[in-house]
Parts: sequence; structure tokens; C-alpha cells
Amino acid sequence: MSAQPIADNLFTDDMGALLGARNRQTGQIFFPLPLTPDDNIEPVVLGTRGTVWTYTVQRFPPKPPYIGPTDPEKFKPYVVAYVSLPDQTMVESRLTGIDPDDVKIGMEVEFTVIPLDPDAPVEEQKLIHAFKPVQGE
Amino acid sequence: MSDVCIVGAGIHPFGRTEGRDGMDQGIFAVRQALADSGIEWKDVQFAFGGSAASGSADNMVSQLGLTGIQFINVSNGCATGGSALNAAVSAIKSGEYEMGMAVGFDKHPRGAFNADPSAYGLPNWYGEAGYMLTVQFFGAKIMRYLHEHNISRETLGRVAEKAFRNGVKTDHAWRRSEVDLETIMNAPMICDPLTKYMFCSPAEGAVAVILASEKKARELGVPIIRLKSSVMRTRPPGSFEVFAASIDNERGGTATEIASKAAFEQAGMGPEDIDIAQLQDTESGAEIMHMAENGFCKPGEQEQWLLEGRSDITGSLPINTDGGCLACGEPIGASGLRQVYENVVQLRGTAGARQVQGDPKTAYTQVYGAPGVSAVTILQR
Repeated sequence: MSAQPIADNLFTDDMGALLGARNRQTGQIFFPLPLTPDDNIEPVVLGTRGTVWTYTVQRFPPKPPYIGPTDPEKFKPYVVAYVSLPDQTMVESRLTGIDPDDVKIGMEVEFTVIPLDPDAPVEEQKLIHAFKPVQGE
Repeated sequence: MSDVCIVGAGIHPFGRTEGRDGMDQGIFAVRQALADSGIEWKDVQFAFGGSAASGSADNMVSQLGLTGIQFINVSNGCATGGSALNAAVSAIKSGEYEMGMAVGFDKHPRGAFNADPSAYGLPNWYGEAGYMLTVQFFGAKIMRYLHEHNISRETLGRVAEKAFRNGVKTDHAWRRSEVDLETIMNAPMICDPLTKYMFCSPAEGAVAVILASEKKARELGVPIIRLKSSVMRTRPPGSFEVFAASIDNERGGTATEIASKAAFEQAGMGPEDIDIAQLQDTESGAEIMHMAENGFCKPGEQEQWLLEGRSDITGSLPINTDGGCLACGEPIGASGLRQVYENVVQLRGTAGARQVQGDPKTAYTQVYGAPGVSAVTILQR
């Protein structure tokens, strides 16, 4: 068995994008897609490129319900950003492939998936969403 | 229409008190408030009160006395105290009652507040993947604000430095020693750009306030503090609140902006008429944003304000004269009423070493919390 998404309904089937939701009446797009069916809500595939609107860095290991690595010796601070997807919404997401001290508001990023614990055996890995800097920018 | 008046106020010191639970701290504050106004518990006709983690406030009657009074519990997150006060004011304004009480108390365990995703309508993965932390929200929100309004990170440090400086002079404060700017800036980063000293901690404490109609207040013959406004509001579209897996691209206003505007209208005053302000400072960034959201300066001017000490006790508009949440800690149920207590003391001129000079006559409070609630009061002597 290979790595699995951390939850159902989070990604498209090919894991190439996030699943969001559109309110049919107001047109508002938001994330994530609610698990409870609702006639007013339809799924929408979220864009895969956006810009960093703001960010912070989680510098200490979180307590439960967090299930990622928390060993203080091995814990790596991670970036939490709001990524603005044009004409859709801003998604709260980790950034990957960049040193936390190099993140800049306004930088272009693209969608990817990463394991919550890269040191876990592959069959136990849970995949979460992230954005990474657009190459060549 | 005649004003509702504050005729008594009491506080249990904030911080950590081993061996005394939250409700007992509430009882302590109530007894002090009763003594302050020169009345007895049997004279109190009604009460509104609340705590987030220390039980139902109406249970206080078993210790205070079974007088049969109307005692309504309030649960409004960080605005619990402000909402209790607001409800008490309305009860007197309606003419149904002449004298009552608003009380808030709490005792939280050490460390950041733990949160359960389902309580916020969020899926479990949100917590499992490491997003269920309030500190991330505070960091991300002020990171954007500093960027948009060209404010330096040192300004965050100066807010904390001022809070600890004021806390030294405050009997009810928790943190009672100064911390210099360099130490604050070089302290471990919690969530960028906020270091350890820029966050308040969950704590313990209690505050009670006795309110009366103007007629009743005159009969008591105590110093009268008038409540010119008491307003509580919830968030408008496009605000940026804690635990949001997504936020709209189109940004909107804030609950505080709405509450502040309504409070000034109710009082027939503007920001320029205020002599002292107590503003929500869950972390340094909150005080900076709230200076502008309440109309005391324009976004971006905070840098100069802090640099010049305009919000110091000796400045043109002293802000958080008792050290705010940063020096007092944040017992959720009591926090908003602490601001009111501090203003009562300041307006009476009995604040001792931290007394604002120049005979202050008007004082402002603003409390803000999850998920986008804000309560404002304006007091006048």
C-alpha cells in the first residue's frame, strides 16, 4: 500500500488539485468541501497556482490533535501561508521547498502534496496539501 | 435619558493563584465590588456573569447568599465579560431594575489553549495536519498588516516593552518586571513575526462591577462613573478570523470597527475625545491593529506612536495602562471587565503609580476574540 491522503474529499482523484466548494446562490468559493451533502453547495476544483498573501512559521511542535512529528530534537518548523488563488479564494496551506526565512509575501507558488511525516514508512504516510515556489521565478 | 452608572468595582489579582478555583476568585471580586459601593449582596437585584472554563456563574449564589435574584449566565468567548456588562446595562436602561452586577472569572491550565476542530465546524485533518493553533492566526494576521502598512517588527517589541513597564506599577498584574526591547526581540520566535514576550498567556482572575441607575447612584453617594456606551458586535463579511481553512480574496471590515463606530455614536463622542484606552492585546500585533480599528490613528501611524511614546502612561493617549493582557494574562471570562475596572480606577484618580495625569475624564475599552466578536465601552466621570 502506498501513501494515502490524510482525509477523503480533500483532493481531486489524481491528487493534482484541492477540492473546494461553491455556494450556488452567492457564488462564494471556499475550502474545504464540506463532508455533509448540501444542495446549495457544489464541488469545485481549486486552482493550482497562486500568490502568498500572508504567512507565519510554526516554530514549536504542536500538541494533539496534531499527528505529525513532534520530537523536539527532530521537529522542523513549518510555514503556514494563505495562498490567494485568482478568482477563487485564499487557501490556508503549508509551504514546502523553501527555507522559512526566505518566504516573501507576494511570491508565486504552485500546488503539491507532501507527507505529514517524511520519516514514516511509505505505507504509513499521510499526504497533506502544500504549495511550493514556482520554478525559475 | 439618564445614564447607567458604575458604582463599584472589584478585582481578584490576575496570574496564578494556587489553591483557589476560578469561581472563588469571582466571589472575591464580587465581595470587593460590594464593599467598594457600600452595598450588601441582598441589595443586588440581578446579575449577568460568565466564565469559559470555571463553571456556571449563577452557582455563585450558594456562597454569596440565596436571595433569589435573577442571575443569567453569559458565554461569549473572549467577549463574555463585555457581553455581561452590556446585558446588565440594558436591564437597567429598560427600567426594570435599578441596581445589578456584571461578573467574569476564569482559571485556565498553563500553555496555549487547546482547540477541537469539530467545535469550529472543521474536519479532523485540519488539526491533525497542524493548523489548529491560535498562535498561527495571530502571526499570519499581523504579518500581513505590517507588510501592508509598512510597520517594523520593532514596533511589536515596543508594545510588549510598554506592557511590562506598566505591569510593574499594577497591583493586579501578573507580570511585574520590566523586559527590555532587545530581550523581547531576541526571544524565541513562537509564530513569526511574534516572539515569546509578544504573546499573552492564558491565566486566572476575576472582576465584578456594580451598576446602578443614575437616581440610585446618587442615593448611594459614591463617586459616579457614567457608562456612555456599551456595545457588542459580531464580524462583517470578509473579516480575518482564527481557524479559517480559507478566507475570501475580497477583504472586508472587522467586528471592532463596527462596535467602535456604534459606541462613539451612542456616546456622542469621537476618538479625539478619549483620554485613556484599554485595547485588546492578545499579542502585540492586536494592540497595533486595534489602535487603528478603534479610530485612534490611521493604519501605519502606529510606528511613530510607539516610537514617540504617545501610548505611554505619560503620552497623549495612554493605552493599556495596567499592562493589558500581555502583563495581566488572559482569563477569558474576566478579561473584558478588567479593562473596565482599570478605567474606573483611572477615572477616580486612585491608580497610584500608574495614574494618568491631567485629570482624565473619558476612558475607552475594547475587547476582541474568536470567532470575530468585539465589545466596546466608553466611560465618563
